[in-house]
Amino acid sequence: MNSSKSSTVATPLAQSRVAERVRTGYRTKTRTALAAHGQPYVWLAGGMLALSLAMILGLLTLILVRGTGTFWPAPVIQVEMVDGRIHMGEITRHSSYVPREELLLALPAQAMGAARALLAAQDGVSERFLIRTGNFELTQEHFNWVSDFAINSTSYPQWALLFERQEWGRFYGMPEAFLIDGERVATTPAEVWGKLNEHHRDVRRRWQERRALETHEIGKINYALEQARLQVRGAELAVEAAEGRDGKGSPAQQKALLHLGAAQAGLAQLSVEADAEYGRLRGEINRINQENARFEILVTTADGRERALPLAQIVRAYTPNQLSLGEKFGIYFDRWLEFLRDDPREANSEGGVFPAIFGTVVMTLIMSICVVPFGVLAALYLREYAKAGPMISTVRIAVNNLAGVPSIVFGVFGLGFFCYLMGGTIDQLFYSAKLPSPTFGTGGILWASLTLALLTLPVVIVATEESLAAVPSSMREGSYACGASKWQTIRRIVLPRAMPGIMTGMILAMARGAGEVAPLMLVGAVKLAPELPVDGYAPFVHLERSFMHLGFHIFDLGFQSQNSEAAVPMVFSTTLLLVAIIALLNIGAILLRNRLRRKFMTSQF
Amino acid sequence: MQLNQTQVTTNGSPELLKKRSMDGRLKAIAAGEWFEPAVHPDLKQQDVVLEITGFNLWYGAAQALFDISMTIPKGKVTALIGPSGCGKSTLLRSVNRLNDLVDSVRISGDMKLNQDSIYARGVDVIELRKRMGMVAQKSNPFPMSIYENVIYPLRIDGVRDKAMLDEVCEKSLRGAALWDEVKDRLQQSALGLSGGQQQRLCVARAIAAEPEMLLMDEPCSALDPIATSKIEDLIDQLRGEYTILIVTHNMQQAARVSDNTAFMYLGQLVEYSPTRTLFQKPQLTETEDYISGRFG
Repeated sequence: MNSSKSSTVATPLAQSRVAERVRTGYRTKTRTALAAHGQPYVWLAGGMLALSLAMILGLLTLILVRGTGTFWPAPVIQVEMVDGRIHMGEITRHSSYVPREELLLALPAQAMGAARALLAAQDGVSERFLIRTGNFELTQEHFNWVSDFAINSTSYPQWALLFERQEWGRFYGMPEAFLIDGERVATTPAEVWGKLNEHHRDVRRRWQERRALETHEIGKINYALEQARLQVRGAELAVEAAEGRDGKGSPAQQKALLHLGAAQAGLAQLSVEADAEYGRLRGEINRINQENARFEILVTTADGRERALPLAQIVRAYTPNQLSLGEKFGIYFDRWLEFLRDDPREANSEGGVFPAIFGTVVMTLIMSICVVPFGVLAALYLREYAKAGPMISTVRIAVNNLAGVPSIVFGVFGLGFFCYLMGGTIDQLFYSAKLPSPTFGTGGILWASLTLALLTLPVVIVATEESLAAVPSSMREGSYACGASKWQTIRRIVLPRAMPGIMTGMILAMARGAGEVAPLMLVGAVKLAPELPVDGYAPFVHLERSFMHLGFHIFDLGFQSQNSEAAVPMVFSTTLLLVAIIALLNIGAILLRNRLRRKFMTSQF
Repeated sequence: MQLNQTQVTTNGSPELLKKRSMDGRLKAIAAGEWFEPAVHPDLKQQDVVLEITGFNLWYGAAQALFDISMTIPKGKVTALIGPSGCGKSTLLRSVNRLNDLVDSVRISGDMKLNQDSIYARGVDVIELRKRMGMVAQKSNPFPMSIYENVIYPLRIDGVRDKAMLDEVCEKSLRGAALWDEVKDRLQQSALGLSGGQQQRLCVARAIAAEPEMLLMDEPCSALDPIATSKIEDLIDQLRGEYTILIVTHNMQQAARVSDNTAFMYLGQLVEYSPTRTLFQKPQLTETEDYISGRFG
C-alpha cells in the first residue's frame, strides 16, 4: 500500500486504479489483443507480397504464352461472305462488338434478315475475326476483319497452301500448277505439292549461294577497293600536309607525291582486277538467277486470281490444313530456329533477330567489362582510402543520385561526349582519310557500351562499397598485424572476400544495362544493321559499327512497323527472347558468384 | 513490499559497505586521481623485450591510458588483467600500432621493441608489425586455404621459394599444435575449421615469420573449455621460445599460463608482479579484492 500513498494524484478514481494495478500486477490480462499478435499485419504484408508476385507472374505468363504462340502454324480458313467476297487466311484474333446500323444496311437485301436474326439471338453483339489474308501485292491488305453476321459459309480447304516469302509477306492460295520453264509439269494439287518439295530445297540452296556471293565475295572486293581508296586519300592528305609545312618542291613533298603515285597505281590496278572479278561474279549470279527462274508455282487465290510465285522467293511453304501434330511441331521449331539464326526481313516483321541478339550480348559484355573495374576502383577509393568527411558524403550522395538520372540524359551525354567529342577526335587523328564520313564520330557499339557503363556505374559502386564495408574489420586487422600494407590487405584479403558482392553489383548492372533502350537510340542502336560488330575482316572486331539491340527491336516492331498486326506477335516473341537472354546472362554471373562464394565465404560456427 | 525489501538489500547490505571501504584507491582512480603503480622489484632487472614509458592514449577527448610504464621480459608470458574497459586491449594494440587505424586516436609517450622506438617519427609501421605476431580475440582466418593462411606473412614479403614456404607452413602448424589435425587438408579453406582450430591457425600464422614478440588479445574468450585448454597448453609450449603478452578476462587463465601479471584499472596500471606473488600475496589490497572477486 506504500505505492498508493506516494501517489501524488489523490482523486478516488486514480487511487482505485493504482490499487487495482498493485493487486493484479501490471502484466496480467486474460487474452492478448489481436493487434498485439499482429495477425492482421502479417496478412497485410503477406498479401502485398502475393500481389507483387501475382503481377510478376502475370507479366511473365503473358509474355510466355503470347511469345511462344507466335510461331505455331494455324489452320487456314476460307470464309465466304454474304456479299460474295471470299477471304482465305489464318485467324489471328477475335473480339466482340456491337455493329452499327450502317453495317447491316450495307449488307445485300437477301442476307439482311438472317443477319438481324443472328444478332438478335446474340443480344445485338457480334463476334468478329481478324483474318490474316496476306497476298499484299494483289489486295493491298495484310489483314481483314470479318463479322459473324456477314459470313455466308466457312471451310478449311484441304489443299490451301501457305507461303512465307522473301518479300511481300505471306501468300495464301490453292496450287494450280507447277511450272518449269513456263511449262505445266504438274496440275493436280498433290502433284504440284510433290514437285514443290522436290525442287524447293535445291532452289533455295542456290539462292543462298547467290546471296553469299553478293554479300561476301562482292563485299570483299568492295572492302579491298575501299582500303585502296583510303590509302590514296591518305597519301593526298600527306602531300597537302608536306606542302603546307615545307612548301612545294621540298624533298618531303616529293616523297609524299611518290607515295601518292604508288597508291594511285595500286588503286588503278586493283580497279582493273576488281572489274574482272565483278564480271565473273555477275556471270555466276546471273547463271544462278536464270536457273532459279525456271521454277515457279502457279497459285490461285481465294477470289480466283492466279499468280506465279518464283520458287526462289519462297522461304517456307506448307499445307496448313493437312498437318499432323509432328509436322506442326516441325514447322514451329523451324520457325524458332529461323527467328534465332537469321537476319530480319520485311522491315523486321519477319525472319530472324540474330543481329539483335548478337548486338545485345556483345554490348552487355563490353559494358560489364568497362563498368566493373571503374566502379570497383571508385568504390575502393571511397571506402578504403578517402578520409570520411563532408566531401566524401557529398560524393556518395552524388553517386547515389546518379542512379536516378533518367537514362535518356545519359544518352544525350553519350552522344555529345563519346560520339562527337571523343569519336570526332579519334576520327581526326586516325581516320582522317575517310572524313567527312565519320568512323568513330557517330553512334556505335563501343559508345553505346560506354554510355551504359556510365549509367550502371552507380549500381556497381554502391554494391561494391557495401560489400567492402561488410568485410569484417577483424580480418583487415589480422592482415595489418601480419605486416601487410594497406594495398596488400585490399588485394589479398578485402577484394577476394568482397568479390561475391562485387559480382552482385555486376549482375544488377547487367540486368539494368541489357534492358535499357532509350539512351541506345542516340548512341548507336539502329533498326537494321546486318553487319555484325565482329566478323571476318581485319581487325575482326569493329567497335565503331552501329548495331541492333533486342530492346530497340521491340520498340521498332511495336511502334514503327508498317504491318503492325503481323508485328505484334513478333513483339512478344522478341520480348520473351530478351527476357530469356537477360536471365541467361544473369544465371551465368550468378553461377560464377556462387563459385567465388564457396571459395571465399565457407564458414562454420 | 517485495520491491522495497530488495531495495534495502542492495542499498545497505553490510557486506557491500565493507567492500566499498576496501577499494579506496580504485574509487580514487575512478574519480580521476593518478597513482604510482606497484611494480615488483624482480621485474625491474630482467632481460627486456618491450619497454613502455609514460604512455598515454586518447580516443578523441576521452583518455583511455594514463601514463603507463612497464617492461615486458624476454621469453616470458606476461598477462594483462583488469575489468572490461580498463584499457588492456588498447595497450596491447598500441604495441603493434593497430590503434593507428582508428582516426581519433592520439598518443604520447613511447614504447621500445628491443631498443627500437615504436612511436618515433619516421618509423615504418609495416616493418614494425612484421616483428610482432598477433592473435585476436575472435579468430580471424583469411578467406583462403589453410596453407596460404599460415604463410601469409611470407607471401606479403614476396617469398616464392616453394620448399621454404612448405617448411615454414609445417613448422608453424606444428608449433601451433595443429599439424596433425590439418596436414591432409592444407589446401582446403581455413574457414571450414572449428573455432578452436581457427584460433590455433591464427597462432600458427602469428609465429610463421618468427616474431620477436607475440601479442594475444583474449585468445580464448570465444572458445569452449576444451579448445581453451588446448590454447593454454600451446601458450605453455611457446613459453621460453617466444615473448608473449596476453590480455585475458579470465583470472584463472592468467594464473595458469603467465609468469608475470599486470593488473590494470580504468586506464592505469595498478600492480605489476610475478604471477605467483600477485595472486598469493599482492602488494595492494585493491588487487586482492579484484582477484578474489570482491570487486569488479
